[in-house]
Amino acid sequence: MSARTARHAALALGGAVGAWLVVLNFGALGAVAWWADGPSALRGADWAAVRFTLWQALLSAALSLLLAVPIARALARRQFAGRGLLITLMGAPFILPSLVAVLGLLAVFGRGGLVNQGLGALGWGQFNIFGLHGVVLAHVFYNLPLATRILLQGWAAIPAERFRLAASLGFGPQASFRQLEWPMLRDMAPGAFLVIFLICLTSFSVALTLGGGPRATTVELAIYQAFRFDFDMGRAAVLALVQFGLCAAAGVLAWRVALPSALGGGMDRPVQRYDMGGAALRLWDSALIAGGALFLMLPLALVALRGLPHVAGLPPEVWHSAARSLFVAIGATGVTLAMALALAHAVLALGGKGGAVLEWLGLAALAASPLVVGTGLYLLIRPFANPRDLALVVTLLVNAAMALPFALRLILPALRAVRDTQGRLADSLGLHGLARLRIVTLPRLRRPLGFAAGLTAALSMGDLGVIMLFAEREGATLPMQLYRLMTAYRLDDAAGAAVVLLGASLALFWACDTWGRGHAKA
Amino acid sequence: MKRPIIAAVAALSFGSAAQADTLVVLAPDYFASSWGPGPAIKEGFEARCACVLEFRTGDVLPRLMLDGARLEADAVIGLGTEELLRARQTGLFAPHGQDLAPLTVPVPWEDAQFIPFNWSYVAFVYDKTRLETPPASFAELLDRADISLVWQDPRSSGAGLALMLWVDQLYGEEATAIWQNLAAKTVTVTAGWSEAYGMFTNGEADMVLSYTTSPAYHIMAEDDDTKAAAIFEEGHYFIAEAAGVLAGAAQPDLARDFMAYILSPEFQGMIATANWSYPSALPQADWPEVFRDLPLPERAIFLDEDTADARRSPALAHWLDGMTR
Repeated sequence: MSARTARHAALALGGAVGAWLVVLNFGALGAVAWWADGPSALRGADWAAVRFTLWQALLSAALSLLLAVPIARALARRQFAGRGLLITLMGAPFILPSLVAVLGLLAVFGRGGLVNQGLGALGWGQFNIFGLHGVVLAHVFYNLPLATRILLQGWAAIPAERFRLAASLGFGPQASFRQLEWPMLRDMAPGAFLVIFLICLTSFSVALTLGGGPRATTVELAIYQAFRFDFDMGRAAVLALVQFGLCAAAGVLAWRVALPSALGGGMDRPVQRYDMGGAALRLWDSALIAGGALFLMLPLALVALRGLPHVAGLPPEVWHSAARSLFVAIGATGVTLAMALALAHAVLALGGKGGAVLEWLGLAALAASPLVVGTGLYLLIRPFANPRDLALVVTLLVNAAMALPFALRLILPALRAVRDTQGRLADSLGLHGLARLRIVTLPRLRRPLGFAAGLTAALSMGDLGVIMLFAEREGATLPMQLYRLMTAYRLDDAAGAAVVLLGASLALFWACDTWGRGHAKA
Repeated sequence: MKRPIIAAVAALSFGSAAQADTLVVLAPDYFASSWGPGPAIKEGFEARCACVLEFRTGDVLPRLMLDGARLEADAVIGLGTEELLRARQTGLFAPHGQDLAPLTVPVPWEDAQFIPFNWSYVAFVYDKTRLETPPASFAELLDRADISLVWQDPRSSGAGLALMLWVDQLYGEEATAIWQNLAAKTVTVTAGWSEAYGMFTNGEADMVLSYTTSPAYHIMAEDDDTKAAAIFEEGHYFIAEAAGVLAGAAQPDLARDFMAYILSPEFQGMIATANWSYPSALPQADWPEVFRDLPLPERAIFLDEDTADARRSPALAHWLDGMTR
């Protein structure tokens, strides 16, 4: 394959993915608007929802990132037994269904939770989790693991040679930060911020529940209200468009802040750190890691403890739907990785504004309202096929698109680095197309690919957003089954099903992530 | 084990099952799930109709509105009382053709298109071990500063909407102040029933907005009599779920037979323990003992659908105003 055909292939595949994303995000929205006979005006309460949504998403993303930097830094420069397992487990909150995550958080921070039991024992006042701070706490709980992992990838991408050079120049921790880590952060952090901001933008149930009531109304809830309470699909479509607008604005802002790190390439040696500082720094790092782990894992441990005794007695339907969810998760993972690779190649091949637009399209799915996408797809499919026959396939494809932003975020910088460091050599050897992908690119993308695969698989296990309208009795996924159990008052079984969901998601995540990290030290 | 064998023999002797008439009923996901009333109803109806009953599940009202005349179903079951007006306005429903005299619901129900199959009252459910003296009236609830509540958002939940209309009926133009009072007692407002009920059982609040029939589940399925509904003197808001025949039904006769089945003692006898609500056409004397023993409110509060529709917007304005002030 010549360089020219390879470029054309990348553009064609990436273009196809881009076209599918346009259909999914804007076609669905258009179908809803068209069905509603056009848009209708927003009300004052809708704008209040927009303001609250922006504010809580900004706070949540900023705080997640501020906490993630020191934690990821500590994890990056320390080696200890069980480090890999800890990093996997710390990622768990991100893959939990929101209902389970909220109950886990309340078991720690709620009225009868551990924190208030402790405060009560000390004779101090009660801590009230509900309010804006509760929303932010929940979103940080959810997204701190993601931020930490994205930044860890950044740290792992700093070539070992730079640390050796830094050591030979006598850099201490502070000088290392200024010269090596800060440029990396300028490269990675804006993207991480953007992704988390977008996740928080579409939050609905978590924000309402922990926000303490209607003061915490988000745009997604306003969309739900327009649909179900006012039956005003035109307003729902306009609100969904506002959500995309916020996404676009945030995207432009993030690109203006991001700076390529220009740390250059290396020989892929294992990283050896010399800037470890003294005992005080070691203590500081230990405290950070322990604190972060406690905050992220305690609620999960309580969820697991609550549900474990009920796992053995779970009805067979739960296991059937678990198998179905596994199918969806594994299928979605394959589709996501293929889409992310194609899109990333096309973004690089296109470059400039065209590349930026394509990249934004890859992220836009995060700002899409699940309710609008689900309804829109239903309307789009109906003239051609019976939507219920396609329920699982649609779920798979939508999950793949929803996970694409994460995969793209992880794969694109890594691919860019491969191009910058290995591209000229590969070009001079005439290595293009599939051979280049296999020999040069994929081995270097293994780590982000593994992590992206793990995230996609785990996220697809837990997703509920789109399937409800299509839902068929025989086609229930595990999260659907969990809700059914709760609706039938079977809270013990639901707690058991939550443990199965958590376990399956973690196992998938761990398997992919371990593959990605291979023998290298992450 | 006998029944599958008989079914297999029947299938062999009468040819493939596809030749038997199939009645397709659109139902909510919960209804047709293994833990809902659907499976027992399917078995009961098929035993008398020489047909196959197939549930199509999904969000019922959105499906009606999106699919319109293209909806491939003969009948619908599981529409909430708050959804009936919208469902009627789709123009998709035909008369059910049943005599509604057997109905035992506590409100007048004359409707040529929709038949209620269950009912209950919304109520605040509490745990006797955590709240020793529950309020005996809405007025007392407002006076009690020691009680914490968790309930559902009226914009996203049927029970939440019922609470909003309940307050609207009791307090009218003063509702804003009432919501302000309730806001101070409210731990949080959730999107759906599951979140609120889960929080209540985990001890996050003293009382949860649910149904007067909720305690029956805990008594009968879990042998736990610590949960009870607080009965208020002013009366409680009535809710029901209904069924109807689609005008475009491919099997209109079977669909009407299904409506008749809904009113039959056999169907009605299954509702209490399969649906954890009151049966709509069964005298109290025939209810399971636990249901007979549940305290019943003195007075049913219920707005006919046109009034309820007219009150939605002003009541929501009071609610938003009071809750965010």
